[in-house]
Amino acid sequence: MEFHKLTIGSAKKLLFDHQITSFELTSALLDRIETYDNDIGAFITVDKDSALEQAEKADKDIAGNHTSGLTGVPIALKDLLCTKGMKTTCASKILENFIPRYDGTIVKKLKENGAIIIGKTNLDEFAMGSSTENSSFKITANPWNKAYVPGGSSGGSAAAVAAQFCCAALGTDTGGSIRQPASHCGVVGLKPTYGRVSRFGLVSYGSSLDQIGPITKDIKDAAILLNVISGNDKMDSTSARVDVPDFTKAPDMFEKHSLKGMTIGIPREYLSVDGIDPEVEKVFKNAKEIFKDLGVEIKEISLPHTDYVVAAYYIIAPCEASSNLARFDGVKYGFREKSCDDLIDMYKKTKSKGFGPEVQRRIIIGTYALSAGYYDAYYGRASKVRTLIMEDFSKAFETCDLILSPVAPSPAFKIGENTDDPLTMYLTDIFTLSANMAGIPGISIPAGYSSNGLPIGIQMMANRFDEMSLLRAGYGFETTIRLGKKFPDL
Amino acid sequence: MKISKDEVERMAHLARLEIDDSQKEKMAGQLSNILQYIDKLKDVDVEGVPLFSGAAFMTNVLRDDELKASPGPCVTLANAPRRIEDFYAVPGIMK
Repeated sequence: MEFHKLTIGSAKKLLFDHQITSFELTSALLDRIETYDNDIGAFITVDKDSALEQAEKADKDIAGNHTSGLTGVPIALKDLLCTKGMKTTCASKILENFIPRYDGTIVKKLKENGAIIIGKTNLDEFAMGSSTENSSFKITANPWNKAYVPGGSSGGSAAAVAAQFCCAALGTDTGGSIRQPASHCGVVGLKPTYGRVSRFGLVSYGSSLDQIGPITKDIKDAAILLNVISGNDKMDSTSARVDVPDFTKAPDMFEKHSLKGMTIGIPREYLSVDGIDPEVEKVFKNAKEIFKDLGVEIKEISLPHTDYVVAAYYIIAPCEASSNLARFDGVKYGFREKSCDDLIDMYKKTKSKGFGPEVQRRIIIGTYALSAGYYDAYYGRASKVRTLIMEDFSKAFETCDLILSPVAPSPAFKIGENTDDPLTMYLTDIFTLSANMAGIPGISIPAGYSSNGLPIGIQMMANRFDEMSLLRAGYGFETTIRLGKKFPDL
Repeated sequence: MKISKDEVERMAHLARLEIDDSQKEKMAGQLSNILQYIDKLKDVDVEGVPLFSGAAFMTNVLRDDELKASPGPCVTLANAPRRIEDFYAVPGIMK
């Protein structure tokens, strides 16, 4: 049995039919991590004993026919999600030894549904980055070619799924941090609508932008995971009080109705974005043809404020970050610099030694943009532009169901290639930032390869709380496109 | 917008960061670069546009005021770098 090839769906079937045990599955994946993760660096923490203990418990539950949504299925978590009794570092020196005393709501939901937490994955420190090179502990390699980045900031989660170290993983997305690494690693990544999933126990970066979401091997798995993690939570006052549909019905909807009657919009402003790699363009055009063949009406739409998305985002996100990260001051948890003169000196030395350069840069930008005399010109103006961006989307969704675009302007780049120029890195987020700014859901689906064999995805965005359309169209696309190899040889 | 070395120093102090002297120049350059790019927001007409600060679209999220047990200091202080009894301990505030 090739355990590593199992999806959530196929693992559940074998587990619940008593053909395999969770202990066998979990052991096989742990062995695989031990053999290959030295070269890939997807995980920050793997707790073998705890994972096997959870698996034994799951096997007992299955034997007694007490199964739930994910009983016995190994899942990896981005190390930004608080796990009770298990280190949660945010890939930062400042939280190197932080052990939460509680589970975040989503971790709790996974455990209640019987999932095995196989480990915590690497990320850009506090989710700030697009390549997972900003981790304080290690650089994660792209499993398809280890000289390349996996994308970021959920690069460890995307690499863990692509390397088949787990059945699926959770990431978080503040400006594309689920979708972009999913695209670079050839897996499915879904950012839910803002408020669909509770953020309680997710270490905050940009509170008005952050969402937790699934990174999976296929669309059906994304639906299974989304079912488990969605829903209102009284611990998160921004979590939405809306009904949660059964997302696993999306594939049936496609089987029954195909995509007939659906309209996909293509923003004309996206086509004139500078520096789109011809290989990305080719994959995008091919995707458009596939949707046409599936009976979708394709039309040109307009998102007039596209040119201002990056600028507005890189004010709003750092402003929120500078407030959120003020709590890491060496008093209540985490690292504290010992030799210091007084309290202020302790704050300064602790933060400067605890935070990496990109985090410090964003804290300073945020502090600047929120400081007296600059607030209106920066944060105020950026937030008004955000309103206009949101209105662009509301208008667009009056005439189409989904918006199709590339995920990133180019396939994964080489490790070390972009690290010295923050602005160039920020500009690569152009296609993904909007969904966070407008609070709408977005998905990245594998759609092709570059000439040197790196995966390239496509992105779809939908109206608020319409993840169902993303999954239905995503499933149609996934079952129609003929991709060669779906996973890399390690 | 061009950011000077002094400005970096001032912001670092406000954010309670200590930027190494050798890094200040580089940081000033990078920030100037980023803020120069961000200046394009000035081209947008935002007259009369409301400020939007979140995608939650909710106001007044209330819950019942239920009495619950506190987890207690052994939980809340468990990660404290330094504590004295049930208090966080910090270096002196006054010189």
